[in-house]
Amino acid sequence: MRLPARTLFEKVWDAHVVHRLPEGPELLYVDLHLVHEVTSPQAFEGLRLAGRRVRRPDLTIATVDHNVPTDDRTLPVADPVSARQLEALAANAREFGIELFDLASPRQGIVHVIGPELGLTQPGMLIVCGDSHTSTHGAFGALAFGIGTSEVEHVLATQCLVASRPKTMEVRFDGTLGPGVTAKDMILALIGRIGTAGATGHVIEYSGDAVRRLSMEGRMTVCNMSIEAGARAGMIAPDDVTFAYLAGRPRAPEGEGGGFRRAVETWRALGTDEGAEFDARVTLAAEVIAPQVTWGTSPGMVVEITGRVPDPAGFASAAERQAAERALQYMNLKPGTPLEGLPIDRVFLGSCTNARIEDLRSAARVVRGRKVASGVRALVVPGSQHVKAQAEAEGLDRVFREAGFEWRNSGCSMCLGMNPDVLASGERCAATSNRNFEGRQGRGGRTHLMSPAMAAAAGIAGRLVDVRRWSAA
Amino acid sequence: MTPPPFTRHAGRVAALPRANVDTDQIVPKQFLKRIERSGFGPVLFHDWRYRGDGSPDPAFELNHPEAAQATLLLAGANFGCGSSREHAVWALREYGFRAVLAESFADIFFANCCQNGLLPVRLGTGEMRELFARYARAGGRYDLVVDLAAQTVQDAHGFRAAFAIDPYRRDMLLHGLDEIGRTLLEGDRIAAYERSRA
Repeated sequence: MRLPARTLFEKVWDAHVVHRLPEGPELLYVDLHLVHEVTSPQAFEGLRLAGRRVRRPDLTIATVDHNVPTDDRTLPVADPVSARQLEALAANAREFGIELFDLASPRQGIVHVIGPELGLTQPGMLIVCGDSHTSTHGAFGALAFGIGTSEVEHVLATQCLVASRPKTMEVRFDGTLGPGVTAKDMILALIGRIGTAGATGHVIEYSGDAVRRLSMEGRMTVCNMSIEAGARAGMIAPDDVTFAYLAGRPRAPEGEGGGFRRAVETWRALGTDEGAEFDARVTLAAEVIAPQVTWGTSPGMVVEITGRVPDPAGFASAAERQAAERALQYMNLKPGTPLEGLPIDRVFLGSCTNARIEDLRSAARVVRGRKVASGVRALVVPGSQHVKAQAEAEGLDRVFREAGFEWRNSGCSMCLGMNPDVLASGERCAATSNRNFEGRQGRGGRTHLMSPAMAAAAGIAGRLVDVRRWSAA
Repeated sequence: MTPPPFTRHAGRVAALPRANVDTDQIVPKQFLKRIERSGFGPVLFHDWRYRGDGSPDPAFELNHPEAAQATLLLAGANFGCGSSREHAVWALREYGFRAVLAESFADIFFANCCQNGLLPVRLGTGEMRELFARYARAGGRYDLVVDLAAQTVQDAHGFRAAFAIDPYRRDMLLHGLDEIGRTLLEGDRIAAYERSRA
């Protein structure tokens, strides 16, 4: 019997169905459960109260990232409440037998950076984590999504999750990106086009030439921000770029004995079959995508760097007009202001979106031999200690330090400002992170999202600039 | 954690007519360091609810005197977007809300609501517009009855709307079921699945 044509998502979903419940949803088996300090303590406490154990500690990996300080690690964590949360994870990991990459580990880092880096993240897996940016791992052709703490507890206890099958959406990027335009610009352009709820209830599969040509780092950036388009997850079919990235990683299948080769054969078959149907389709032309910058307080409030702050009166619905007015007030911007030339106070190079080695290289190319503008405070926070070590081996830390950037240890840092890295009220920041929500980086702080090269250039110029002209300069 | 059951609830309405309210607004990050499930009610909508000096901002909707006893929240589209933090739902529950009514919810937030006995009610654009209008006409002293068993929302003045919710979630909410306990009953199936993939 010939199987009907299926999408990548359908293949991965189907392979993880343990049981279909009579009411409709399915019991799915989780291959990899990533745990961090902020969304797990209540889940472990729930297990203790009910006298339950972790079913598969061997499929569960923990790290600390959200609230860790990024400065001197030899000192105790200054904030006692953060310290208590970090200690709780260490104690829970010990009690339940879970591997923990703690502050002392050379492999510690942002959960969505270390999973792929260690080779834990593999094509065809079902991966969950109590964090919305779990969608990052979809870059490998895994089905990966964020869950709440109650579901974290459910997965710890049962290694399964109850879920209803989402819809599918294909997002195709045809053609080739122009110089100075990156994966970050692709995903911001998509969110600008379909909105922050444009993919709610859907799993996106990214396809097309421009996606195929992206490195794994770029693919992770795209999948990472799927959640900002409302999607449950984002996925990219694995190919030679994926396999080359995974080969030799510490937790990838072994090369000897042909284990890796056999794995690759299975992974190759995961791609969407010809003729498979999607519930929705969106196509974008990569050529016409320019560097993107957000102007408001939602990632969908985005324009090209050559654009202007929009006039709220121009929006179609009352809700959009109201939201735009509120955003402009918060951001202290006037309609019609060109984005280019807007003065900034801070630069944040970091986060699970853009703190991998390629992101740091791309920013360093812009920074090399130049100085951060006077009055601007700029921060580089590598996504993991491994990325940090790699960057240091390449001399990138010197490039940043000599330019006047602060060079930090890894963590989520100023993406959400749970640690001491926060914006002061009224400060304007060029950020490589994923959310420009009110107060996200610090109460009253004003965030403009953009690519690493754009943020680096803004730091040197002291204002937002078009990195395409920068490269020519 | 076993959520409290939700069958039918009559209560006072508060309105937050803003689209895309993200969970960073519902519970700002500086309060995510607690390792308990409680203590989040007082910080619900913290940065909107309180001014920089810590005093309540009288302009914020939940600080209106009519909203003081509210247990039902009328919200804008895509409510609960952004971060997966379940703390947002714990905060809404602890504050006293039993249900949130909106045109749409972000996926993770919706699932988190169902895990905690906070009923997320999806209504049509027109129905939400009508509810906001009735709320405004009543000067904020507006009551609704949300009936999960019947899957309806109604007021005392002729408004009645039906809402959909998948039967699994509905059952969980109606009976306050322990989902983990339920899944643990499938232990044989889970073990068989593990064996099939070994």
